[in-house]
Amino acid sequence: MMPKTIEATINGMPVRVPVGTSILEAAREVNIRIPTLCKHEDLLPTAACGLCIVKVGGNRRMPRACATELEEGMEILTHDPELTDVRRATLELILSNHPNGCLTCGRNLNCELQTLAGDFGIRQDCIPRYVREQEPDVTTGSIILEFTKCIKCGRCIQVCQQMQNVWALSFLQRGIHTRMAPAGDIGLGESPCIRCGQCSAHCPTGAIVENDETVTVWEALRDPEKYCTVQIAPSVRVALGEAFGYPPGTDLTGKIYAAMRRLGFKAVFDTNFAADLTIVEEASEFVERFVHGKGELPLITSCCPAWVDYMEKRFSDFIPNFSTAKSPQQMLGVLAKTYFAEKEGIDPAKIYQVSIMPCTAKKYELDRTEEMYASGYKDVDVALTTRELARMIKQSGLDFRSLPPKRADSILGTYSGAGLIFGSTGGVMEAALRTAYFKVTGHNLEKEAVNIEPVRGLEGIKSAAVDIEGTEVRVAVAHGLGNVERLLLEVRRAREAGSPPPYHFIEVMACPGGCIGGGGQPYGVSDELRRQRIQGLLDGDRGMPLRFSHDNPEIRTLYSEFLGEPLGEKAHRLLHAQYKARPAYRK
Amino acid sequence: MNAAPLPPLEEMDPDLREEIGHCLDQWKDKEGNLIMMLHEIQDRHGFVPREASLLLAEATGVPMARIYEVLTFYHYFKLVPPGKHNVTVCNGTACYLKGAGRLLAELESRLGIRDGDTTEDRIFHLETVRCIGCCGMAPAMVVDHKTLGKLSPTDMAGIVEGIRKREEAENDQ
Repeated sequence: MMPKTIEATINGMPVRVPVGTSILEAAREVNIRIPTLCKHEDLLPTAACGLCIVKVGGNRRMPRACATELEEGMEILTHDPELTDVRRATLELILSNHPNGCLTCGRNLNCELQTLAGDFGIRQDCIPRYVREQEPDVTTGSIILEFTKCIKCGRCIQVCQQMQNVWALSFLQRGIHTRMAPAGDIGLGESPCIRCGQCSAHCPTGAIVENDETVTVWEALRDPEKYCTVQIAPSVRVALGEAFGYPPGTDLTGKIYAAMRRLGFKAVFDTNFAADLTIVEEASEFVERFVHGKGELPLITSCCPAWVDYMEKRFSDFIPNFSTAKSPQQMLGVLAKTYFAEKEGIDPAKIYQVSIMPCTAKKYELDRTEEMYASGYKDVDVALTTRELARMIKQSGLDFRSLPPKRADSILGTYSGAGLIFGSTGGVMEAALRTAYFKVTGHNLEKEAVNIEPVRGLEGIKSAAVDIEGTEVRVAVAHGLGNVERLLLEVRRAREAGSPPPYHFIEVMACPGGCIGGGGQPYGVSDELRRQRIQGLLDGDRGMPLRFSHDNPEIRTLYSEFLGEPLGEKAHRLLHAQYKARPAYRK
Repeated sequence: MNAAPLPPLEEMDPDLREEIGHCLDQWKDKEGNLIMMLHEIQDRHGFVPREASLLLAEATGVPMARIYEVLTFYHYFKLVPPGKHNVTVCNGTACYLKGAGRLLAELESRLGIRDGDTTEDRIFHLETVRCIGCCGMAPAMVVDHKTLGKLSPTDMAGIVEGIRKREEAENDQ
């Protein structure tokens, strides 16, 4: 059935939109963007900032376009000199409570407030500035809260409470004293925060930014005693280009390798390789549980550190369901300082491993447990976000667009299409199913069956029954933590009732869209952008001759030369980790 | 300001746990019950202890973040134990014009605390309110439910010392 539509005019032009469309969205139909600092397409309108005012008919009132539905016959005016004047005055009021520190801000040249101030030609402070001083909160080590830069738009609160269901951030106090902060006089690091960084990805200003560690990495690169190595996560390659004018989804793997070498990294690895390894271990775990009945079902993926933190704080009764396989970042780290070091005859104490991740929580994962030191050293020394890498490349003077592509280092650099799609929601499930199918049947999925379509796409919860030669495997995929609770409660109810689990295998990624929509990716996230980045990964997978993690020749060599068997003693010692219940509030 | 580390929920004061249980039994089916339960907790303790909020969050499923949004929105709710003696400076229009700010500054420097805080020994709590309806005697204060008016900063020493002396006398007994 077609949705009911209504007709109205915007700036004299007729529009026809579904009932319930806001004036803000309807205006896009006639190529008009109404300015806003609080409304984000991922979120419900809050009418907080007051910039999206419009005129309706001859009415003197100026309703906010984000929170007003278009009605039949409405005559909307979105822009005239008076509206521009009111918007400018509103901006001036916002700026009067905002520090004038653009040059030293993490969002310089990438800030929605700064852009609007520029667009509206604000050239002087018309209203005396009042900014309440408050020290930044650096307690998570992943994201930094710069309270003075907050414009109280409320996006981070909605992201944290509704979209992610984490409830670390809240709007405390009222009026001029309103602030976004965790409950009570505690640091964010002592709160339920899982460091997913979605607040920073949605913040219109520099009030929430990643903990920039580029200086630390530059120092390591300059140190002649250090042997610096680097790994690049799957989703970084289809998003980094946005910082250099490429369309979202452009796969720039070769150029990124080249840039890494020019920055001074002595070995360039690919996290995709380790993603293949994670899949071999995790699919083996799945087969152990599903076929041989050793361990709880459903098996739940654990490569997302924000999700792991969330589970440990909120759903620790699911610990027995968690895959003990470490994330690709950590697997690559430990192999660089053991296998690679041995083979190349390099002192592992000198290896300094940097990872480039789409994610702020990956910074936290480095120290999550003692198992992250399985090599005898800190397996990964620093995790940088995609945004930080873009900055490093720009600082280095490299003309990224003209760089000829290079290859990664062999032994930890070859990857399959299955490892590549790890960065997208459903990708880990798809990769694992390809390998599980092989482990159960002894042969690979063929032709189009390799593409497991039901687990793809941006729907919040996806479920499917996958046929492995007559045996049904029930799988579910959730992304955006707000979608996870429903799934887990379903599993818990079945467990308490003693019924068979509704699913055998569950994939969870904390961020909407998966890692491609991670909290450390280039700004401007939207569903359209998520789709483009995912397409970049899927196209790459489709174009690869190697589609199965277990067929990766370097993975086979790794097992035969070094690790032994999947889930074997050495694999367990280096590649697996345990979980424990943690309090949501440490204070 | 840093809060003290918390014990795990299951190790928290059993009396407090029981109290929250009672509270919940009484209010769980009533609309707007969060605020009523917070009132009850504050009535009993003089403030809402953090442990009580955590237990309440666990028992009701209402996130701590939401509980603190409510607690900090309303001036009425207190998050720290009140001082034994309340010193309230009126900062309504009349008192403001007649120099309430100077009274407050004098008290802040004498007590070593800021508006809204309690001294470490929990003897004094200092706060400001908008108007106590005694504009005729501006600038005015309320000290332990007693209204004092037409004050000047030099009166503050006597008020503070008076309370300290009474406290010492009580301790000596």
